[in-house]
Amino acid sequence: MLHLPPQYRPIGADVNAPPDFADYKTTALRSPRQPLKLIPQRLGEVTGPVFGEDRVQPGDADLTIANGGEAQGQRIVVHGRVLDSGGKPVPNTLLEVWQANAGGRYRHIGDNWPAPLDPHFDGIGRCVTDADGHYTFTTVKPGAYPWRNHDNAWRPSHIHFSLFGQAFTQRLVTQMYFPDDPLFFQDPIYNAVPAAARHRMVSVFDYDATVADWALGFRFDIVLRGRDATPFEDDEDHDD
Amino acid sequence: MTDTSPKNSGAPTYEVTPGDFTTAEFGVTPSQTVGPYWHIGLPWADGPDAAPEGTPDRITLRVTVIDGARTPVADAMIETWQADAAGRFAHADDPRGAAEPTPAGFRGFGRAGADESGTAVVHTVKPGPLPAENGAVEAPHVNVGVFARGILERLYTRLYFPEDTDAHAVDPVLTSLPESQRPKLIANKTDDGYSLTVYVQDSDPEGVETPFFEL
Repeated sequence: MLHLPPQYRPIGADVNAPPDFADYKTTALRSPRQPLKLIPQRLGEVTGPVFGEDRVQPGDADLTIANGGEAQGQRIVVHGRVLDSGGKPVPNTLLEVWQANAGGRYRHIGDNWPAPLDPHFDGIGRCVTDADGHYTFTTVKPGAYPWRNHDNAWRPSHIHFSLFGQAFTQRLVTQMYFPDDPLFFQDPIYNAVPAAARHRMVSVFDYDATVADWALGFRFDIVLRGRDATPFEDDEDHDD
Repeated sequence: MTDTSPKNSGAPTYEVTPGDFTTAEFGVTPSQTVGPYWHIGLPWADGPDAAPEGTPDRITLRVTVIDGARTPVADAMIETWQADAAGRFAHADDPRGAAEPTPAGFRGFGRAGADESGTAVVHTVKPGPLPAENGAVEAPHVNVGVFARGILERLYTRLYFPEDTDAHAVDPVLTSLPESQRPKLIANKTDDGYSLTVYVQDSDPEGVETPFFEL
């Protein structure tokens, strides 16, 4: 008889945004109207793609050097730990990040607002957590940028993070913000998240990680769903 | 609290808790949209190749993502995860043990961006069936994650194969859905593989909206 490994705990109602958050206009046509169907996590959900160093090239964790030169902007070190909701580190897991340059412009064909591209900043990074779940990127602080969601709409400075964890169920794409950003008050993407969980997306200034004569430090710990202590119940499996 | 000048009359305003943001309670990090610019950070040259070129019995899956106005979601990204041809995973948490992939070189994971028609293409092999609790068997299927601007949390659905009708009749996920919903997860056969249309939204419960799952 198959014993499924322990289930990942439910995310809970007060963590993620509702799929249709009217102030964020694009959700209007891209959010399901029917309730999600809750299903147990079976073999395809407790397993998942596990990528490590094989997906990372030397230099991928330093976004400040590109095309033979140094990026413009405030150099920062972004670091933290990837943990599960039980507090256990998630080791050897791939993180992918992307962001705008210091002037708030992405190196993307669809981003054409009049801020300069930086020839020495691509805005793409990758790294793998160590045995303790720790990761570090060196980058520049991304600028804010306008978007068309509402009148005079601006996205607060943010870095996109994508994580696999160790199971399909743990997959997370999120955005990291900077403390006390003056643009939070009008940003529906940040505010779509329930208030109790919103601050989890905000990095903290980290003087200990600040490197003298080099870079400011910010800490951003990322928490993925953790597991229950007990395996999935198997009704007919009482005798072993 | 916030001063809304006439110039900003169309802007939403939210109360911001002032402070140094060092007091966030420990808990799961919220999901956020991939936004419109994921193409700079997430594509891999070999992303669509869950099975590399030259793999025996390689098939092509075409997943088309359509929004609530029946417009293609041209900036969608899909990810796929599935068992290998033998119904095994190269993963430590498979209770049967991590298996070397069948066929060799199979990765199990695919990632692809949609084109103008909302269609993302992944190359893979057909997965085997999977044992489940209480002797149940999951029919061959591919987990499909949908990401896009305007999607705040990955949408999870499944792709099943049209020839497995007997297995579908006892699949624990398909049979947990109303009968009218099950065909929406079953792909169509094509010349070189299978295709599935994912309808993200329909306000009619008996409409076209694809069933999405919560884990």
